[in-house]
Parts: sequence; C-alpha cells; structure tokens
Amino acid sequence: MTADTDRARSELLRELAYEDTLSCVQCGYCLPACPTYAAFGKETHSPRGRIHLVRLAAEGKMNDWTLLAEAMDLCLGCRACETACPSGVRYGRILESARTAIAARRRPGAFARAGRKFAFRGLFPHKRLLNSLAGTLWVYQKSGLEKAAESLRLTRLLPASLAAFAEVLPRQTSPAARARRPKTFQPRGERRFRVAFFTGCVMDAMFERVNRLSMELLALAGCEVVSVPGETCCGALHAHAGERGDAKRLAMRNIEAFERLEASGIDYVVHNAGGCGAMLAEYPRLFDDEPLWRERARRFADQCADISVVLAQLELPFKRDPDRWVTVTYQPSCHMTHVQKVTAPPLDLLRSIPGVRLADMEDRDQCCGSAGIYNIVHHEESMSILDAKMRSVRATGAAVVVTTNPGCLLQMRLGIRRAGLAERMRAVHLVELLAEACGLTR
Amino acid sequence: MDADRFSERHLQELKSIFGEERVLWREHDLYSYAFDASFGTYKPDAVVQPLTAEEVCRLVRMANRECIPLTPRGHATSLSGGPLPVHAGIVVDMSKMNRKLIIDEDDLVAVVSPGVITAHIHQAAEQKGLMYPPDPSSSQVSTIGGNLAENAGGPRGLKYGVTKDYVLGLEVVTPCGELIRTGGRTVKNVTGYDLTKLIVGSEGTLGIITEATLRLIPKPQAAETIMAVFGDLVACGRAISRILTSGILPSKIELMDQASILAVENYEPCGLPRDAKAIVLIELDGHPAAIAAEKAVAHDVCVRTGARTVWSAQSEAEQREMWRARQLVSPAIARIKPTKIAEDICVPKSKIPEAFARLEQIRDKYGLNMVIFGHAGDGNLHPNIMADSRDAAEMKRVEQAVEEIFRLALELGGTLSGEHGIGTMKAPFMPLELGEAGLDMMRRIKQAWDPNGIMNPGKMFPSPGQRLVLTDD
Repeated sequence: MTADTDRARSELLRELAYEDTLSCVQCGYCLPACPTYAAFGKETHSPRGRIHLVRLAAEGKMNDWTLLAEAMDLCLGCRACETACPSGVRYGRILESARTAIAARRRPGAFARAGRKFAFRGLFPHKRLLNSLAGTLWVYQKSGLEKAAESLRLTRLLPASLAAFAEVLPRQTSPAARARRPKTFQPRGERRFRVAFFTGCVMDAMFERVNRLSMELLALAGCEVVSVPGETCCGALHAHAGERGDAKRLAMRNIEAFERLEASGIDYVVHNAGGCGAMLAEYPRLFDDEPLWRERARRFADQCADISVVLAQLELPFKRDPDRWVTVTYQPSCHMTHVQKVTAPPLDLLRSIPGVRLADMEDRDQCCGSAGIYNIVHHEESMSILDAKMRSVRATGAAVVVTTNPGCLLQMRLGIRRAGLAERMRAVHLVELLAEACGLTR
Repeated sequence: MDADRFSERHLQELKSIFGEERVLWREHDLYSYAFDASFGTYKPDAVVQPLTAEEVCRLVRMANRECIPLTPRGHATSLSGGPLPVHAGIVVDMSKMNRKLIIDEDDLVAVVSPGVITAHIHQAAEQKGLMYPPDPSSSQVSTIGGNLAENAGGPRGLKYGVTKDYVLGLEVVTPCGELIRTGGRTVKNVTGYDLTKLIVGSEGTLGIITEATLRLIPKPQAAETIMAVFGDLVACGRAISRILTSGILPSKIELMDQASILAVENYEPCGLPRDAKAIVLIELDGHPAAIAAEKAVAHDVCVRTGARTVWSAQSEAEQREMWRARQLVSPAIARIKPTKIAEDICVPKSKIPEAFARLEQIRDKYGLNMVIFGHAGDGNLHPNIMADSRDAAEMKRVEQAVEEIFRLALELGGTLSGEHGIGTMKAPFMPLELGEAGLDMMRRIKQAWDPNGIMNPGKMFPSPGQRLVLTDD
C-alpha cells in the first residue's frame, strides 16, 4: 500500500471517530431505548447498527456513502442509547463525526445548498433577523390573518411538514413589548444568586414569553438576573447537521461573551432549553485538538445550568389554590436527560406546586420525535414516533403536558392536535406552569 | 455451501412471501444484520421479517428447495455467534413476531410468540403473582425465541434452573418446512421422544421456533441480600462450595474478583475495599421467616471460611446499592481494553475453588487482563479477557489462553459452555467434550432433521481442521 492511501485511510479513521466505534461490543442493550428502532423495526436504524456502519465505512468496507447517510440522517440524535449503554460508548461523537463527514461529501442541489446556508449562517445566528420574523408572526396571529388562513385552509398549501407547525406556533410577543424587556431583573428579597440568562435564538424569537417568565421567576426566587451582551445561537442545530465549523465559531462567540461577564461575579449561566443546554455542556468536545479553547469551554460549561437546577435549590412563592387539583405529566427533553443528565429537578419542582398531581407516563424517556429539525425534514417518520408517544401521554389522563425544550413543546402541541385531545389537554414549558402557579402570568 | 447461489429470482420469491417492506437486501441493511455480540461480520444475501408461522413455513420450503442457508435470529445478543450468517444466505429476523403473550393463571403457563422480549414475560407473570425464573442478563433486550434456541441461563439458574427447565411445549417449523408441535401444556408428559428438549439449545440448527408454552411458578414473597468480602479468591471459592452443602439454596450467588472490584472503583467509586481479593453477593428468596434463618447460616459459613467482613443489607436501598456494584462490572471493565472475550465455562460445585486457582495461573502465564465475575454459585464462571483486537500478538495469546480454559473446564469434569452456547467459536472443542462417537450421534440427528443442511450451517459442528480464531482478517 502506498503512503498516500495509508494516510487517506488513517485520515478517514480519525474523521469518523473510529476509536469510539470500537468500544461498542454490540450487546444490543441500546435497542429498547431507541425510538427509531421501535418505529422502523430495522437494525439499520438502531444505535449499534449505525455504529457498525460507521465502523465499516471507516475501514473502507462499505463505500456507498448515500446508504450510510440514509442510516445516519434518520437518527433523532436523542442519545437515549448513551444512557442505556453498559459500555459507555460515546454515540454522540460517532453520530456527529459521521454527519460532518457526510456533509463534507454531499453535493446538494444549488437551491438546497443556498437554503441550508441561509438557515445555518444567515438565520439562526442573527437574533435581530429571527426576532423580526417572530414579529411578522405576531402580526399574522394578531391581525386575524391566522384565523382567516386557517379557515380557508391556506396553511395546507405549505409543504405538509411546515403547515403542521404553523398551526401550533406559540402566541408571539409584540415587537414593542420585546423591546421593553429589561436587561436586568432585581431579586425579590435577599439575593441568593447572581445569574446570567442565556436567551438562545429560536427560544428568544418564538418563545420570548417563556424567556421573560424565566427571568421573572428567577428574580422572584431571589436571583439577580443579567443578560449576556453578545451571546448568540448555541450552535446545536449546526453541530447535529454536521456543520461543525459553524458550531465552533458560535461556541467561541458565546464563550467570549460569557468571559466578559465573568469578572462581575456570576453563579450560573441559566438556560431553559434542554437542547441548547446540552450543546453548551458539550462545548469542550468541540475543541478536542485545541487545549486552550477546550479549557475556556470547560470553564464556561461548568457554569451553565438548566433553570430547573437553579430553581430547585430556591423557594418559589406559590399562590396556587392547593384544592384545585390538576393532573400533569412530564415529557423530558432527551438532551436534558441523556446529555445534561438532569432528571430529578423538573420532577421535584412539579411536585412542589400546590394542587399538582404528577402522573408518570410509560416510556417517559423515549423521544417525542421532535429532535431539532427532524420533524420538518423527516416529517412522516417523526409523526409515527410522535403518535406512539401520544398513546402514552393519553394514558396518563393528564390535562397538562410539561416539557423543557422548545422543539418538544411544539411537537407536543402538534401531538395533542393529532390525537384529538385539544379540548382537554395543553402543552406548556415547565417555566410557564411555575409562573402560573406563582401568579406571574397575566 | 455456496453463497453466490442466491440470485434475483430468489429475492423476487421472498418478496412474494413477505411483501417489499419485510425483505431487506440493500447493503447497509445487510451489514446491520451481519453481527451479534460475539465476533466477526458476515454479510447475508437477504434479511426477512416474518410475522406468522405460515410465512416461516413458506420461507423454509423455498430455502430447502433451493438449498439456501437460513439463520434465525432474535435481537442478536448472542455471545457465541448463533445469529451470524457465516455461510451467507437468508437471516430470519424473528423479533417482529411478538404479538402473543398470554399468562394462564389456572394452568400456570405462558404462551408466547418467539419475538416477545424475555423481560416482558417476567413483568406479565409478576403482575399475576407468578414468575418465569430464567433471567439471562440480557433479558431486557433478548427475545424468548433466542433464549430457547440457546438454552439461556442467568443468575437464578443456581436455584431455579435454566430455560430448558421451563419449556413445556413448542411449535416449530422443521427444516423441510412442516409445522410441528412438541410437548404440551403439562409438566408431566412422557409421550414419545422429548423433542422439546432437543430443540431447546439446538442453536437454530434443527428448525425455527414459532411459539412456546412456558412453565410458571409462584413468585417468592421476598428476597434479601448479604455481601461477604474475602482476602483470598480460593477461600472465597471454598465458602461458596460450603454454603451450597449447608442445607440452604440461595437464589443467586454472584462473584466479583479483585480485578473487577478495582475496575468498578476506578470507574465509579462505590466504596468497595480495593485490597479485597473477592466479593460475593448472596441472595436468598422465599418466605421472610425462612430467609432470616437461611441468612444466619450463610453468614456463619462465610465467617468460618475466612471472610473478612460479612454484612446484610438493612434496607431495599442498601440492597440495590450492593447489586449496583455488580452491575457496574461490565461497563467498568470495558474501560480496560476495547475487546471483550467473555468465556462461559461451568464446573461441578466442588471444583469451584480449584477452578479459581487455575484461572489465575492461566491469566499470569499469558500476561492477560482477565477478570472473573458471574454466577459462581452454580459453577458457571465467566472469565472475561479484555484485549485489543488490533494487537495481533495479544490476540494470539488470548486464543491460547481460551483453549487452556476450555481444557481446564473439561479436566475438572465441567463443560465448555454453561449458558452462552457453542456457535462458531467453541465448535472446534466439541470432540474434546463429547468424543468422536458422541459428536457423531449429534451429526446423525442433525442429518435426519435437516438433510440439506440449510438450518444455521457452520454452528456447533466443527468443519475439518477448524481452529479457534479471534482475529478478524
């Protein structure tokens, strides 16, 4: 073998996280945890099947990368398999390496490429642009156009996947109210923590209300809340799609923004989106070959915490009538459970609300099929996963489904509609339920 | 058998039986059914996913007519290569045939489809106050069909026996494509040859199981655990032997040697004593009053045979904590080296101490990372060798050590495999245990059932000159 092909081979092994694939002993313990294996019933769509394909591709034994891409594309990236794995296989790394390698080899049509580039480089990182889109959405909803469009079934003209979501988008904040949001919130009573609030991009654009309530809740519980000037999109969608370079650039900007704030004394960087929080926690991984940045990323990641982790340490002044019982069920964010490993605090908070009866659902830790933009690009597959999830949700008899991530929240709203439960069930972010119970919502 | 016999014509016939959806033939799908939890990658020509016994009959008749190898498979958790299509042909994924799970409280039986997950049988039985005892470690994943084909065991084997002890009847598609029923629904049944027991553990070489009738027993009211720490592995083996002759029968006796203790403590500190040579977990089940008395006996034996400390769990939480350490062994040892060679010898109970001593000698002789843990109490020891498959020299030493472990088991009056099965890797050692005449009787049985040799060829019976090989290329 020539030196060149030798080098190409070892390059491929590194590109595809080959070492990580070797730690899989193919025991199959991941099968029951994998939503796509359950939904599609093929090993090709199981974690160990995918790992095996990546291993064979790295070894040059399977050379049809379109087939590899098919298997990797349909993964939700929920990472439930990592929690189930008895050998500690780092599936997230394997998945991301494969997606990055596949993205680098893809020659998409010019239109798709431009659209993707616009979304990843032009849209998600630019808060102002996203906010103005959200502003348009607000006009659309407030003006009654939404009702008109719905009654005329205009939304049906959009591709089915987007139409489905247009119907479940949250109420938007008016541009004026958005501009009035204070930069700092003072603690009620004695100050317990000083926290920086990471607003995120999609979260702040589409779910500004949840962000605002988050800051008010933190203040109510005794936190001084400051914003992080210069923060940007966390980069999760980029990283999951194999756009690693973009993810890294965004991470560096967030780390720098945080470091400018660090000197003033911050106890936590608080976030409220399970997926974004997981990405922030994994920033060090982006800098495997850059020790200095890795250290900065680690320091940043150590400060980050989901809002439930912070609130669970504090006391909330609930005003809810304890005799007005309501049954609530919790659909955890996969990335919060399997990557951030935050499981108890949201449940503890729910149990602490007066009059809330928590009904556990079967297969609670199974993904709802939202998974970033999976539910848009793989709509049919996502809906079959969602319908399975809704059977468990329905069985709880709950009136409220609580989630901790914007994608899951939209998906649950869609699921409630699809299951015909809209009359007796609603989906909310954990923060919304807590805020209601503290009398914060108007 | 000739792999390239499979052609487009065969694929079309499979599609006419199963429809487009349940016939897989593209490269990435084939590679996804090319492995199990043991060694090697063998790409099949096609994968099919039957839903009914009728479909299986049609499939087998076609394969028999065309002489195409069939390899049945559940969730492919096998550690011995049972589901590997070593001669290519068609992989029969039985995991989708999972509709039937009936618990009959009056007859104390369960009637199940082969694709039902074993743990689901456990749960369904327990809901009615009953128990299906066989509990292989993979029961959360493994299908009952795979358990039956491999005659799976588990920790509770010590007191309750293994899969074969709980099978009353089977529905099987023979290698010629006929549907037969063996056994029945009663514990007592001496009508003719016991084909049920012949099929159980036949590793898919005699047919495809399409339904099983399993025996259930009342669920024990309670279970409690004690933990004993030893400064010497052989003394620990002696303690296990003594407990078993002291008039009590624990439901589980699980062992961790020093290498496993250190691996666990390095991985996730549980407060286990790092200088201990062995830790034994003993679970007693039954009526609470009986447990209390038996616990005292077990405690006493451990102390008298030289245990450093013995303590019993005071609460459910403490009990869980004890078992958690044992469960952490697998992930912990995976950190030592990437390739795990899990052996599975079983020796008579009286030989447990000697087996420990000799295993330590083998480990030192070949300079390998070997951890010993597992079910110890029934003599089923799991020496696990941790190596790196990319290190050819090390893998050669592993091959030699494994061969010596097999010879040791036989010398002590034991067997090559307690619960994992023979499959591909242990086939070369079959004559050692059975003798040529013994193995020949098995060959003739196989010949009578499967004249064209289509059912899972390459398993159990060694091909001429076959040796143990653990390297991939």
